[in-house]
Amino acid sequence: MSRTDQFVEQWLPIIGESVVETFQMVSISLFFSVLIGIPLGILIVLTRPGQALANKFIYQLTNLIINIVRSIPFIILLFFILPFTKLIVGTTIGVQGVIVPLVIYTAPYIARLMESALLEVENGVIEAYTAMGISTGAIIWNVLLREARPSIVLGLTISTVSLIGATAMAGMVGAGGLGDLAYRFGHLRYEVDVMYATVVILIILVQSIQSIGNRIAANIKKD
Amino acid sequence: MIVLENVSKEFNSKSGTVKAVKQVNIRVNQGEIHGVIGYSGAGKSTLIRCVNLLEKPTEGKVFINGVELTSLPLPKLRKTRNKVGMIFQGFNLLKTATVYDNIAIPLKLLGYNKDEVKKRVEQYLDIVGLTDKHTNYPNQLSGGQKQRVAIARALAQEPEVLLSDEATSALDPETTDSILDLLLKINRELGITILLITHEMNVIQKICDHVYVMENGVIVEQDTAINLFTKPTHPTTKKFLNTISQRNLSNSLIAQLNVTGAVSRLTFVGESTGKPLLAEVSQKFNVQPNILTANIIELKNGIVGNIVVHLIGDKEQVKNAIHYLEAQGVATEELEGHSHE
Repeated sequence: MSRTDQFVEQWLPIIGESVVETFQMVSISLFFSVLIGIPLGILIVLTRPGQALANKFIYQLTNLIINIVRSIPFIILLFFILPFTKLIVGTTIGVQGVIVPLVIYTAPYIARLMESALLEVENGVIEAYTAMGISTGAIIWNVLLREARPSIVLGLTISTVSLIGATAMAGMVGAGGLGDLAYRFGHLRYEVDVMYATVVILIILVQSIQSIGNRIAANIKKD
Repeated sequence: MIVLENVSKEFNSKSGTVKAVKQVNIRVNQGEIHGVIGYSGAGKSTLIRCVNLLEKPTEGKVFINGVELTSLPLPKLRKTRNKVGMIFQGFNLLKTATVYDNIAIPLKLLGYNKDEVKKRVEQYLDIVGLTDKHTNYPNQLSGGQKQRVAIARALAQEPEVLLSDEATSALDPETTDSILDLLLKINRELGITILLITHEMNVIQKICDHVYVMENGVIVEQDTAINLFTKPTHPTTKKFLNTISQRNLSNSLIAQLNVTGAVSRLTFVGESTGKPLLAEVSQKFNVQPNILTANIIELKNGIVGNIVVHLIGDKEQVKNAIHYLEAQGVATEELEGHSHE
């Protein structure tokens, strides 16, 4: 049996499991982050002074909250909000326990990326639709979000990649995943091969996500 | 019909209140094309945005076909806005939608059913001459074509009035002409009332029935296009007229010519354009007319001829000659030169 075969036989199930865990963590927390982040991004664009729903109080409060959360490094956030995590999902460990901090970490980031994506949409187009007598809600959906789609996709791609990075720390609360694998086996137990394999998998993962994101964005951009 | 009654608009900024539009009155009758001309910063863009309440006037009333927009609550205002089409300098199309969708999406949002949407998109793409481009995206089109799509989008809602906010200002002269022809065509064939703003005198010349000259938020002069081109009174109006025809001679040249006679600008309009008046003048009076500059301006509703003439002869005879010309329906304006010492 060659060395490679041996490695595959010994580690493939473990690596495979880690990949699944990473995918689970990334997709579940991305889902909730998008659910919170996109409306938050829309809110801070619309409540901006001079916009459709201009409201200084909401705008500044939202900004403040986003900035506060974004100032905290993930590893600290993870422990800092333990009581909150317990309150929401009933546990602070495992994949479940890491979803809450991942979402709180990623949602404000997505909101910021949404904000810049939405601000790129020309005000004139929104004005043209307002002049046609179309309601603000329909304009948000059919003009603002539609025109911002290429930037939104790129923003979500960036968020996904940073989310994968953040899941590496999920091992701290026993949630597993590729990062945890590399740390525990590769670093602590000095299984260099495992470290290399994880890094290669992560590189491939990030590369493919970025390429897919770029391709989708280019496809809907049309200019 | 568009009626603006004493419309004013103020903006509050850190440095104080800015009055962008002051007490403006405009009345565009059904089927007419009126133009507001002014330099940038004159307030004309704010003014036209006050018509469909993209800017809410601080004072005054806006009526579209007798309905007072300024008093409507938002939901009703939206409904009335459907009757007011608007086109812009920057076209304002959806970049991510095809030509077809750019016209169809607003119609869908306004609640028209699929068949009606399809029918209207095809009908109005045909009117603007872009049927073969319906699958293209805006970025694959030229500026003129983009404006045509924007016009079709506005028309597809079958508005009663159309507002044009510098619609040709981003286009080259040839494309400008084709867009102006299109506006004339929709005005004639669909009977759409048009109010436009521009800083280009040729836009006014080509398609407007009535002109408003705006400066510092105030309408400083207004008249039918023919009257305004014939007898401009405000200095700004004259400056704008100079942009389409060289009307001014240098002061020193006029002063030099004044030694031997008067320098007069004669504006011919209507019937007077047909008569050989200068020949008559030289026969009837002891005056020799020498043409210095001459041009002819074709307006939407007529032709205006413009001659700057040096009337050589003694003062009395020249005076009589000018009176005679005025009696024949020619507008005259004596040009005085001041030689700089």
